[in-house]
Amino acid sequence: MSSGPPASDSRTLKRALADLSAGARQRELWGHLAWQDIKQRYRRSVLGPLWITLSMGITALGLGLLYSQLFDAEIGTFLPYITTGFIVWNFILGCLTEGTDTFISNEGLIKHLPAPLSVYVLRTVWRQSIMFAHNMIIYFIVIAIFWGSVTTPDYSITEGGMPQPGLNWGVLLAIPAFALIAVNAGWVVLLFGIASTRFRDIPQVVTSLINLLFFMTPIVWSTDILRDKFGESVGWRDLVAELNPLYHFIQLLRAPLIGNEQSWHHWAIVGAFTVVGWLLALLVLRNYRARVSYWV
Amino acid sequence: MISIDVWNASVDFPIFDAKTRSLKKRVLGKVGGKIGTDSKVPIIEALHDINVSINSGDRIGLVGHNGAGKSTLLRLLSGIYEPTRGAARVRGRVAPVFDLGVGMDQEISGYENIMVRGLYLGMTRKQMEKRVDDIAEFTELGDYLAMPLRTYSTGMRVRLALGVVTSIDPEILLLDEGIGAVDAAFLNKARDRLVDLVKRSGLLVFASHQDDLLLELCTSAIWMDEGRMKMQGSLREVLTAYKGRDPYSNVSKETLERLEAPALSGD
Repeated sequence: MSSGPPASDSRTLKRALADLSAGARQRELWGHLAWQDIKQRYRRSVLGPLWITLSMGITALGLGLLYSQLFDAEIGTFLPYITTGFIVWNFILGCLTEGTDTFISNEGLIKHLPAPLSVYVLRTVWRQSIMFAHNMIIYFIVIAIFWGSVTTPDYSITEGGMPQPGLNWGVLLAIPAFALIAVNAGWVVLLFGIASTRFRDIPQVVTSLINLLFFMTPIVWSTDILRDKFGESVGWRDLVAELNPLYHFIQLLRAPLIGNEQSWHHWAIVGAFTVVGWLLALLVLRNYRARVSYWV
Repeated sequence: MISIDVWNASVDFPIFDAKTRSLKKRVLGKVGGKIGTDSKVPIIEALHDINVSINSGDRIGLVGHNGAGKSTLLRLLSGIYEPTRGAARVRGRVAPVFDLGVGMDQEISGYENIMVRGLYLGMTRKQMEKRVDDIAEFTELGDYLAMPLRTYSTGMRVRLALGVVTSIDPEILLLDEGIGAVDAAFLNKARDRLVDLVKRSGLLVFASHQDDLLLELCTSAIWMDEGRMKMQGSLREVLTAYKGRDPYSNVSKETLERLEAPALSGD
């Protein structure tokens, strides 16, 4: 006790940032844990993690067939649209629902082994990224099958819809788009994870709203259909999509993947969410990082 | 420089799901920490006014009855709980062996558990792969390491956990009472390794109810009572005060000589 009692540094930004960097350095740990989560889930099943791919394939096929008939759309353009949207949605859904559960489900480890909180955040985000990669197999299959339809310049997803440039080298924009979404997943998991550990109603709120959000977001329908139906008088109905942040996240990644016109405002909105979200998450991490082990 | 310093630290647990009304009467039982009701959420004052300074080479035993705060103190020393009041500073790589049922994955094999624990303790996968054989030999688990952990007995789990922490040269070793579950032969082997570890580098804090284990592993002790440190001193003094009799009175002469040796070099 040479230096005398110092002030506790539990609630400093320095410790919060140290937590993040220490977590990032333990890449092998969260990488291993995330893979293990996936292997664990499909242990002793014949197909193993291929079930992720298969179930996505079945869902995409079913949704594509049904909704292309309902909306009277060309299957060659509508099925890739739905499939891609659904794959992106699945990543967002996983980060939201499993994000709320991040620290709660790791209670045992948190109370028994000292580790930075960000390890559990990265474990969840990485697990979702692995699942996303599995689902992307379906994307490649669908694009291969409907290559002709989606590469045609000026194709439209539904009849009379906006003409789209068609699949071209712009598809590479999907890489920064996914990276940006994954960065957002980080703050979502961190923020929702900490808040849910303290307030156990949050996971329930998220679960009960998530289905509604799915149908409110243009995934099985498109903004083309909205404009087509209401013409110039679309007015407030357009806001259903525009005011929904998830629409911008989905469109950010979906548009390059199926050769759609990419509007810059999606990047701006998602970028703003990234900055504000991380600031909020850092504030919460600073103040409540040390409380999580008490709350779980 | 390896050390743990704790200044006036308290650990208060909020209990969110406890009915406040049923806790209106301030409970001051003999078991467990004090339950406070000052705020809206009832809290359990698990530890208070902890002042301790542990340095490299120290081997400290924690004694006290159930609910006195031994395990909570270990978690405070490991950095898992940061004090709600006061401050704590942990310098060095911490390797805890706490409750053995939790913190290990039941469904994965012993090998994979070794890997995960090693990664948690700051090792890389490559470093752990080099140590796996050594751990397998030390734990004497053999082919069992390929079996899922749920097939292991408690003693086998202790062997696994001790095998991992002793193989990685930790600087701060924190053991909870669970390690008493292993048989005498293995304990002898483990003792040599543990004492050797602490001598080379680092410090040990060990919570236990078993005098013989404490005598084997520790030189000094802390007596915890109702979340406070009631006494701190040499192991013999503290155990005598806690048990009301000299712990060395029923130890054979040979054992005594063996025990005295590392104790002297430790001081």
